[in-house]
Amino acid sequence: MFIKRILEDIGRYFILMKLVFRRPDNYRMYWDAFVRDLYNLGVKSLGLVAIISLFVGAVVTIQTALNLENPIIPKYYIAIATRESIILEFSPTMISLILAGKVGSNIASTLGTMRVSEQIEALEVMGVKSASFLIMPKIAACVIFNPILIIISMFLGIVGGYIFGTSTGMITGTDFIKGLQMDYTPFYIAYALIKTVVFAFVITSISAYYGFFVKGGAIEVGENSTKAVVASSLVLILTNYLLTQLLLG
Amino acid sequence: MIRVTNIHKSFGDLHVLKGIDATFMEGKTNLIIGKSGSGKTVFLKCLLGIHDIDEGDVDFDGRLISQMSIEDRRKLRLELGMVFQGSALFDSLTVEENVSFPLRMFTKKSAKEIAERTNFCLNRVNIENANHLFPAEISGGMQKRVAIARAIVMNPRYLFCDEPNSGLDPKTAMVIDELIQEITQEFNITTVINTHDMNSVLQIGDHVNFLVGGKKIWEGSKEDVLHTDNQELADFVFSSELFKKVRRAARSE
Ligand SMILES: Nc1ncnc2c1ncn2[C@@H]1O[C@H](COP(=O)(O)OP(=O)(O)OP(=O)(O)O)[C@@H](O)[C@H]1O
Ligand SMILES: [Mg+2]
Repeated sequence: MFIKRILEDIGRYFILMKLVFRRPDNYRMYWDAFVRDLYNLGVKSLGLVAIISLFVGAVVTIQTALNLENPIIPKYYIAIATRESIILEFSPTMISLILAGKVGSNIASTLGTMRVSEQIEALEVMGVKSASFLIMPKIAACVIFNPILIIISMFLGIVGGYIFGTSTGMITGTDFIKGLQMDYTPFYIAYALIKTVVFAFVITSISAYYGFFVKGGAIEVGENSTKAVVASSLVLILTNYLLTQLLLG
Repeated sequence: MIRVTNIHKSFGDLHVLKGIDATFMEGKTNLIIGKSGSGKTVFLKCLLGIHDIDEGDVDFDGRLISQMSIEDRRKLRLELGMVFQGSALFDSLTVEENVSFPLRMFTKKSAKEIAERTNFCLNRVNIENANHLFPAEISGGMQKRVAIARAIVMNPRYLFCDEPNSGLDPKTAMVIDELIQEITQEFNITTVINTHDMNSVLQIGDHVNFLVGGKKIWEGSKEDVLHTDNQELADFVFSSELFKKVRRAARSE
């Protein structure tokens, strides 16, 4: 029964995706929707991402410092460890998970409300390809903007580590900078950004799926927003594992 | 003119429409009346192509829905206007953007032409100084009128209204009814209206179809309604004391 439900969901998800990626009737209107979504889903997440990144960067640095209180290990290792954990996992995966909550519930509830108040049917009656017009711009906005958010998060995470690490006297500024520049693997950034793009697609498309097919009223819209966040987070974690195997394994 | 022949529609085991025949004339307000759950909304959505019909056919001035390609259907949709039960305005767009939406999506008109047509339609439904408000900022009656403006902005040949005056006070409800009737006559539109409001029936019922349990059991004009001998229709229409009096008065004339 449970397996059957999941298989049905997966099937309907792919049918929806086929409807989403259809040729727009009017590029201008899609572009306007894209710009609006870029602002609502991307720009509006900047503040949250910035604050979380600064503080988690600080915590990672402090934790690492506390665990490396061994005189034989050079202090700049703290900076290396901070850099690696932020670039490899914290920014791309944790921030994406947070966005799955914020952006995912936004998308699912927006589309769900449009469904139960017959706005989607209104589009259909006019002859608009509703799935494509409503969902494609959202996917595009996140796939393009999330990497920018993640780069900002990496930068601020490291800045946070620097500020808190040096101000608490756990590491000197010179050591921190030295550590940042050591053993640097540019591919890690590419790896992080590839993950981010895939996660952005996972979050937006799965949340859109749960919103688009709501049946009922306000209560179901709420329930489906929750389902959207849970499902996109789970798929995200699974994808993270697969991508790590594939790209780094 | 729209001619419906023997349409059936089921959802799983639930047989909602059980073979409906009906004809809707242009320039007339054609009403569908019936109890809650009798299938009025499903019927309208079948005409609009939101639901696929299981059996039967719909003829839009010689074009049969059963013989249309997907492209034909999309073209037909540009000739349809719909006012939904809950208005269904896009809540992220302003009044003006709602009304101009179909023009912006489907026509190559200039911004000036679009603004002119939008304002013409908003004026026609008596909405002024609300262009930049959002649907949540205007009253239910105004939302209905904006929805009507949006439905007629593309000059539709066919107009469908699902309970256009539900949830409105009697005065506003009458204004909306009259507005729809005027527009129908003015632009010679084939209009189909779902309602269970008896004021509407007696006010604008050019042609009335009565549905019971997914079947059409009666049709006629509003005058015919007053003089009907059909017991089911009489029970439905004249359920209140007031309407019973109206009926008695009409019969003794
Ligand atoms: N999408 C659907 N899936 C399954 N059943 C449906 C669907 N739409 C409507 N029904 C069922 O069809 C029947 C007729 O519903 P419909 O909405 O057409 O009634 P109505 O006459 O418009 O009522 P009201 O006056 O309350 O709007 C109801 O029993 C309803 O539960
Ligand atoms: Mg209804």
